[in-house]
Amino acid sequence: MKILVAVKRVVDYNVKVRPKSDGTDVDIANAKMSINPFCEIAVEEAVRLKEKGTATEIVAVSMGPKQSQEQIRTAMALGADRGILVETDAELQPLAVAKCLKAIVEKESPDMIIMGKQSIDGDNNQTGQMLGALTGMPQGTFASEVAVEDGKVNVTREIDGGLQTVALNLPAIVTTDLRLNEPRYASLPNIMKAKKKPLDTTTPEDLGVDVAPRVQTLKVEPPAERQAGIKVADVAELVDKLKNEAKVI
Amino acid sequence: MSILVIAEHDNASLKGATLNTIAAAKAIGGDIDVLVAGADCGGAATAAAAAEGVSKVIKADDAAFANQLAENVALLVAELGKNYTHILAPATSNGKNIAPRAAALLDVQAISDIISVESADTFKRPVYAGNVIATVQSSDAIKVITVRGTAFDAVAAEGGSAAVEDAAGQDAGVSSFVGEELAKSDRPELTAAKIVISGGRGMQNGDNFEMLYKVADKLGAGVGASRAAVDAGFVPNDMQVGQTGKIVAPELYVAVGISGAIQHLAGMKDSKVIVAINKDEEAPIFQVADYGLVADLFDAVPELDGKL
Repeated sequence: MKILVAVKRVVDYNVKVRPKSDGTDVDIANAKMSINPFCEIAVEEAVRLKEKGTATEIVAVSMGPKQSQEQIRTAMALGADRGILVETDAELQPLAVAKCLKAIVEKESPDMIIMGKQSIDGDNNQTGQMLGALTGMPQGTFASEVAVEDGKVNVTREIDGGLQTVALNLPAIVTTDLRLNEPRYASLPNIMKAKKKPLDTTTPEDLGVDVAPRVQTLKVEPPAERQAGIKVADVAELVDKLKNEAKVI
Repeated sequence: MSILVIAEHDNASLKGATLNTIAAAKAIGGDIDVLVAGADCGGAATAAAAAEGVSKVIKADDAAFANQLAENVALLVAELGKNYTHILAPATSNGKNIAPRAAALLDVQAISDIISVESADTFKRPVYAGNVIATVQSSDAIKVITVRGTAFDAVAAEGGSAAVEDAAGQDAGVSSFVGEELAKSDRPELTAAKIVISGGRGMQNGDNFEMLYKVADKLGAGVGASRAAVDAGFVPNDMQVGQTGKIVAPELYVAVGISGAIQHLAGMKDSKVIVAINKDEEAPIFQVADYGLVADLFDAVPELDGKL
């Protein structure tokens, strides 16, 4: 089985992102960039499927500026066999990413596509579902368990109120939730080896995809600040305040 | 303008998130139709017809929709949606599963998790884990949107008398339902609870959450947890409050042993009154709390329980 894993280059999750003072965009110049945490979980899951003997090849694909190669190399250091970069400096929205992925899927014919449920910059949570629509493949979103058997994949999904398990015909799309696995750290020898793995580059134009944004960001601003209140001395005062001042209990 | 709202329901009844989504539709303006796609979903359709501001309910009663499989429901939504200017779904796990799939079928860039309606094509939504609020404008002919329920006051559940129309369904034939495990609890659902009490890493283990359950039962509260408590395995993930978990905005939110990581704050900072109980005076949670109590939770929570 061949697995395609999508990885995105995002601002590292430890960086607190702020709007620029003119409100036109977020200020991420010189910010540390990393592989999106949900994408890292996707790579780990693919590698585990390969270690189990279920998967035979893992192809990591990313879209974005030239530097996205770094995130593909990270995926390779974790165990992906080769990489594809769809290089563009254009702003990519989920529908455009899904269209590029569809074009790659048509070339590569993977049996499963694993990707993060959302990226921690745009917080859209759309691309996997959109790729499902464009390819007609079923989707197992927000996965906490993935089991391949008899030409199908059973995906246990984190839903409001609990877990749901669905059986999907292959090829299928899986999007990862936090508890699917805990990604390993890349070892130094594997980081060195990753530098020699093949990485092809293409562009949205080569793939015949129009990536023009459909949604324009007019303004960005910080969220409304909440003022700190008061400190109470003890539980008795707390209960009194809640009953008589806030009147919420 | 004409708006199609995708109902959140369990076939028998309508979930509250639908009423918040209808409220967002009212803010956009125009005729509001509600789609109830399910199996034996007459109860939910009747409830939707009674909701304030609904012109028409489209009931798609078909075995293919029994478990809201996205492959099947999105096909229907995309087919019906061609006749509307807006398609709105609640930003629940179900809405997030279906809406983007329907959007791509319509060749539309969806807009996720809106918190305000600025105009018919312009909306505000949080990005970067709630650190930034973006105002975005869609140029697509049909707007496909998911709505953060806590940002819109629910419309009345009663008083309407919309007509109910039937629609046919089809099975895409690529997926099937195997089973589900839903947490059984008599406590209110987190996103609907008037009071929420949440525990963090400071709880030390899952057994200690019993203390919170006791207080919650006295207050009729829902019980949540921080991501740290979930990652540590104290409690299941469906209790997680935060940017990647549930977004709540109750009348009263009590954070116990929670430091207040931005990830958690993003999920609860719109609560009306926030109480923090933490032994670390410097914990960031105190910066958003209306009432802070610097105390060991293992003393304070039992005492609170005794005083209620």
